[in-house]
Amino acid sequence: MANQIPLVDYLELGDQPHLKALECTSCGARYFDRRNACASCSGTDFRSVAVPNDGIVKAFSIVTFAAPGVPVPFVSAIIDCDGTSVRGNIINCEPSPEVVTLGMPVRLATYVLGTDDHGVEAIGFGFEPAN
Amino acid sequence: MSDDIWILGITMTKFGKHPDKDTVDLASEAAMGALADGGVTMKDMGILAAGCLMQSNAGIGQQLQKQIGQTGIPVYNVANACATGATALRTAIMAVKSGEVDMGLAVGVEKLAGAGLLGGGGTPKSDKKEWSPSGRYGAVTNTDGRIGAASMPAVFAQVGMEYGHKYGGTSFELFAKIAEKNHAHSTLNPLAAYTKRMTLEEIMNDVMIAYPNTRSMCSANCDGAAAAVVVSDAKLKTMSLEQQRRAIKVKASILTSDPYQEGCQVLPDVNTLTKNAARLAYEAAGVGPEDLDLVELHDCFATAELVHYDNLGLCEEGGAADFFLSGATWRDGKTPVNVSGGLESKGHPIAATGIANIWEICHHLRGEAGPRQIEGAKVGMAHVIGLGSACGLHILEKSGL
Repeated sequence: MANQIPLVDYLELGDQPHLKALECTSCGARYFDRRNACASCSGTDFRSVAVPNDGIVKAFSIVTFAAPGVPVPFVSAIIDCDGTSVRGNIINCEPSPEVVTLGMPVRLATYVLGTDDHGVEAIGFGFEPAN
Repeated sequence: MSDDIWILGITMTKFGKHPDKDTVDLASEAAMGALADGGVTMKDMGILAAGCLMQSNAGIGQQLQKQIGQTGIPVYNVANACATGATALRTAIMAVKSGEVDMGLAVGVEKLAGAGLLGGGGTPKSDKKEWSPSGRYGAVTNTDGRIGAASMPAVFAQVGMEYGHKYGGTSFELFAKIAEKNHAHSTLNPLAAYTKRMTLEEIMNDVMIAYPNTRSMCSANCDGAAAAVVVSDAKLKTMSLEQQRRAIKVKASILTSDPYQEGCQVLPDVNTLTKNAARLAYEAAGVGPEDLDLVELHDCFATAELVHYDNLGLCEEGGAADFFLSGATWRDGKTPVNVSGGLESKGHPIAATGIANIWEICHHLRGEAGPRQIEGAKVGMAHVIGLGSACGLHILEKSGL
């Protein structure tokens, strides 16, 4: 996939796209960015782990007013992926409170968010309704 | 004589638009007001703690001294997000408590009218289009709006929705009713930025910012300042009976930050640090939630007010929705909350907020709140949250004199 680049480096592309986190080997706390020591237990040893692609919506907001340059509307959500909280947009459905609900099962989905002057595609992620 | 600390003088400016006044003017108005209210002058102050979040590197404390009195005392310029005012006050309280000084002045000021949306956005992509990872997450472009929202209305919408997911009972209408209460309360507060009563329908049909928060469910950006003079018990005892009678005892002054919780990296946890602060404050003050005659809490958004009923122990765990629907937090209820109108209607000039809410409590405890007086108020609590996060909590009690 030399012609693709993930939106963020914790999105792993390939045949089975997924999110990855750094997990504290002492207490299991997970981080999407680097830490010098675990914020939970002060451990200093971390390993890379895959975050489950399936989860449920535990909080969301349908954003209709945002900073300049941010396309609206979009659905911001916090997803509980089997114990790991993830932030992402709810995608591939109508951004309305009739469609997006608390407790709704969702799964990770990727999409092309644009192509640069070198033909490289940037790949974003979101969560789509699982049912 | 005891270790008690007292608020001797306190005031807030009118919140709203002050196009003719800069931050130094507003801070000066509040500081001079607090000094006059306490019957003292800058010459009596042993320390100054000051905050102006949007100009947090400008040395607002020293600028203020130039305007009202350069006495050479130590100045602490503080910044702690929306808890900046409470942090300034606590800094002055700690200085007095340490015994280093017997009086101190705390000031918070902000010029925020017309500031618009806070939080979110980012650097736009350059014209030359080449994906290049940068920053802590190796992002190739701005992530606000692509990986959830960074704006405050959306973040706090999710805080309220998370509570709903955990405990149930929440709805767009429920959150809107909280704003309805605060807008109704502000009609009695001449210093509030907005004093117009709004119907539930008007609130729900207002411009949607971040569901379920409409515009009138968001804190009102405005200008304003607030200031307080604190004094040691020993010093107060040397003052006039009138000063002693109007002085308000600081029963608890607590500051906490957010301890690690799963999920705090993707949605700030405003709950645990507030619960911790409440526990510490009740312990220090020797009172419980049932003893509070009124509470000013950080309703930066209607969705936030709900969760803090629970965090401050005003209701049973998980019972915030029922507690609100019982009418308990209206001004004639069991535990009146935000009788000033709160941040949604009184306004939220960031660094001023954490002292202005103390003023509101003191005003009632002194029996000086006029038409909006909570009759017989003896004990009150003021709470602020600065995202990032910091929680400032004060429990105040009227003088027994």
